[in-house]
Amino acid sequence: MTDHGRQMPGMLAGLIAVARRDLLLAWKRPGDVLNPLFFFAMVCTLFPLAVGPSAEQLTFSGPGVLWVAALLAMLISLNSLFISDFDDGSLEQLLVSPQPLPLVGLGKTAAHWLTSGLPLVLVSPIVAITYRMPGDVVLVLMLTLTLGTISLSLLGSIGAALTVGLHRGTALLSLLILPLSMPVLIIGANTVSLAAGNETYSAGIWALAAYAVGTLSLAPYATAAALRISNE
Amino acid sequence: MWKWFHQLASPPHFYRIAPIFSALLLVPGLALIAYGVYAGLFLAPMDYQQGDAFRIIYIHVPSAYLSMMAYMIMAVAGGIGLIWRMKLAHAVAASAAPLGAWFTFLALATGSIWGRPMWGTWWEWADPRMMSELILLFFYFGYMALRAAIDDTAKADKAAAVLALVGVVNVIIVHYSVEWWSSLHQGQTIMAKDGPAMDPAMLYPLLANILGFTLLFGSLLLRRTRTEVLYRERRTRWVKEMILAPEGQS
Repeated sequence: MTDHGRQMPGMLAGLIAVARRDLLLAWKRPGDVLNPLFFFAMVCTLFPLAVGPSAEQLTFSGPGVLWVAALLAMLISLNSLFISDFDDGSLEQLLVSPQPLPLVGLGKTAAHWLTSGLPLVLVSPIVAITYRMPGDVVLVLMLTLTLGTISLSLLGSIGAALTVGLHRGTALLSLLILPLSMPVLIIGANTVSLAAGNETYSAGIWALAAYAVGTLSLAPYATAAALRISNE
Repeated sequence: MWKWFHQLASPPHFYRIAPIFSALLLVPGLALIAYGVYAGLFLAPMDYQQGDAFRIIYIHVPSAYLSMMAYMIMAVAGGIGLIWRMKLAHAVAASAAPLGAWFTFLALATGSIWGRPMWGTWWEWADPRMMSELILLFFYFGYMALRAAIDDTAKADKAAAVLALVGVVNVIIVHYSVEWWSSLHQGQTIMAKDGPAMDPAMLYPLLANILGFTLLFGSLLLRRTRTEVLYRERRTRWVKEMILAPEGQS
């Protein structure tokens, strides 16, 4: 068999392999997955302590508090997206591999979402119930968080790729990502508030879905460009 | 045409001609601003609703316009630098950021001062334009922070350009989402959207100031870019020769 005809793994296989590797790494280090979740729960605990525990207050501020806490939890988990691969040199191997870089980045981002966004979505009902959120609103919250965290993971991967290898990465990453993530927060939190107030909220769901599809189509290219620049 | 373009992109050539263009923009710019400020403060009639307080628009509107204009210049210059690897474009982008941030700050500050008599508060969270401007200011901060964090200039240029381009898409989405959000919260904005057409005596000073501020911005941008070029090319031969050359020969 000639070198030319050697079987190369397909694009999808490459994406899955990258995602699987990251998921396996996360499985071996469960702390990395759990810490942002504890952080999320703790931020949600801070608000009743600060603004008062009255039922009225909690129902009113619940959607916003949960969304801000979820956004911050996503943010602290983003820092580790590329950093360990950068430190041990495997990121460079991924860069020189024949796989298209946007898909490699997408694989890593998918693994990031599965280990940070999805757990947040699954944990959010427990916190939401303590904020006296009715069952149907909790479902809306979970749906908005699912769509929103997908966008946040993808937007965050751009920021993480831009700041990888910089010493002052963490604060800088927040400064870059927070303005980008404001539309997600605005639409997500207010959609849940609308649902809690028995108003029509479907527009917000569609907007979040559109945003998720938009970032899914465009962000991997920006991430790939940023990774190339960071690793020059 | 292309020869002229390539010549412009050459740092020594740009360094030589920038002061001329800068001055050409500065003189009419300052003249227009002088007319605009004088006519706006003394000649324009008082607003029947807002009294004299409305006069702050002569600073506020041009600043707000330039805050967005500067961002666009920054992003487009970054894109040009990224695609055609034009070093001068990156220098323009780097110089536009602090200017844009200052105009954004000016727009926010004058808007806030204006809001005090109009809305009775220094800061109105529900006003979508103030929120968009504030988020734009954060974008500028992020952009400048990213540049400052990367030591290698060439790398910082490219990374910042990617961020600016991502930001352009997002600034538009931010604008619409903030507008949607504020419509939920019933802002107390008393400014009518389609108010009566402006009296020419009020309008002309405003137009003069918008044009004047733009020219001033262009002039300052050229000056800043010139300094930036000198700093970036500090190790090259033409800079050394220019500096070592006796006075009057460069």
